[in-house]
Amino acid sequence: MKNLTRRQFLKSGAISAAVVAAAPIPEIHASQSRIDNHLATLIDISRCIGCEACVDACQESNQDKFPKPVKPFPAMLPSRVPVEDWSDKQDVRNRLTPYNWLFIQHAVVQKDGQEMELTIPRRCMHCVNPPCVKLCPWGSAVQYPNGISQIDPELCLGGAKCKSVCPWKIPQRQTGAGLYLDILPSLAGNGLMNKCDRCYNRIADGKLPACIEVCPEQVQTIGPRSDIIRQAHELADSMNGYIYGETENGGTNSIYVSPVPFEALNRSIDKKTGQGRPHLKPVTDRMDQANNLAAAFLIAPIAGIASAIGRFYKLAKKQSHGEIS
Amino acid sequence: MIPSGMPDSGKSAHWTYRIVLFFLAVTGFAQMPIFKRYYIADIPGLGWLDQFYMTHFMHYLAAVFLIGLVCYHMTAYILLYRKQFRITPAGYVRGSVLAGLLVTGILMMIKNFPGYGYPSALIITLDVVHIVFTVTFLAASTWALAGKQKWLVNVS
Repeated sequence: MKNLTRRQFLKSGAISAAVVAAAPIPEIHASQSRIDNHLATLIDISRCIGCEACVDACQESNQDKFPKPVKPFPAMLPSRVPVEDWSDKQDVRNRLTPYNWLFIQHAVVQKDGQEMELTIPRRCMHCVNPPCVKLCPWGSAVQYPNGISQIDPELCLGGAKCKSVCPWKIPQRQTGAGLYLDILPSLAGNGLMNKCDRCYNRIADGKLPACIEVCPEQVQTIGPRSDIIRQAHELADSMNGYIYGETENGGTNSIYVSPVPFEALNRSIDKKTGQGRPHLKPVTDRMDQANNLAAAFLIAPIAGIASAIGRFYKLAKKQSHGEIS
Repeated sequence: MIPSGMPDSGKSAHWTYRIVLFFLAVTGFAQMPIFKRYYIADIPGLGWLDQFYMTHFMHYLAAVFLIGLVCYHMTAYILLYRKQFRITPAGYVRGSVLAGLLVTGILMMIKNFPGYGYPSALIITLDVVHIVFTVTFLAASTWALAGKQKWLVNVS
């Protein structure tokens, strides 16, 4: 068999690649049963009185997990790299910090013509498909089969990519602690990222997360996600309320139920969001775009092979007709 | 995998392959938070290198192109060229490393679906092996380019 021309060969390869990239992409379904069995929490905002017992319990329960930075911090290169030091401000309670993984957000809204203040416990949402875990370039974050996501303090380098990709900017950095000190402290890394790990150690021991156990108003309920979603809808129906977290970022394992729309709550807290104070806006599934494209990986080899075979037979046909001697 | 020893794979094919590899390497390294820290994302036109979702998507897109190209050229070699050409040692080295990159990359891609996850040790292993393969492939390609080591050589 004679060779294809350079142009024919290249053209077929380019076409196959283009076809693959543009092909209709079948939806890849997640393992729904695994997600249904994630541990989720229902947070009934109407019950929260803002007493901050959960904040105290969280700090007390997780005291041993908090970063213990070594000072003075290594000089950072380049100098633009920010030093983030909360070790002398461990008593800050009105936002998320490396030493405060849960705080109470205050919102003033109108309901039935009357002004009311609602208090909202805020912490990591524990996404069903957590970008902080899936996109960490070091594998420093992990999601357990029960859906809890945790940043491993033994492995985290503090690059803060987890915070960048988190729709709510939850993880908080403490400079001067962690593995980066043993590698290239001036050139790579910048400490430890910290966030709620849903008291994974207490759950492993058969206990409730500290914030749930201590709450005098039973604001939070924990259970399998499918049950929690059902309960959330029943509760929302009973109060003509609204749900947040069921579909945000493709679904989370923290389901808020509120007697007023979350748009109203977000408007009230809007000026205070950012800097460790997460919003309550709608969030599209941030991982969805790339994951949909991933389905094309199934088509790519088929298209490539089919294109080459097509070229082979086309050439063979030409040869049999004597077009190529 | 453009078989550069193959007579009908011309300059354009080489450049297609190189552009895909270039984007894979750049978007791959962009998964680490280094481009902003080291001012590269500050260069006009390169701000997207600091957008993790953008570079993640582009990495996938380039990988789809690479897999299509690899499968096309492998099949074309088997059907059209294997009697006339043989794969060189340099070709085997690069092909093996490329295969390792694709396998580790696909395993990491599967992990990113909702409801899927690996043990921490496996994730770290995949991350490290993927990076090691990348550096090895870049080194092998540079060496092959400098020494004019082709993928294929004519058996006659």
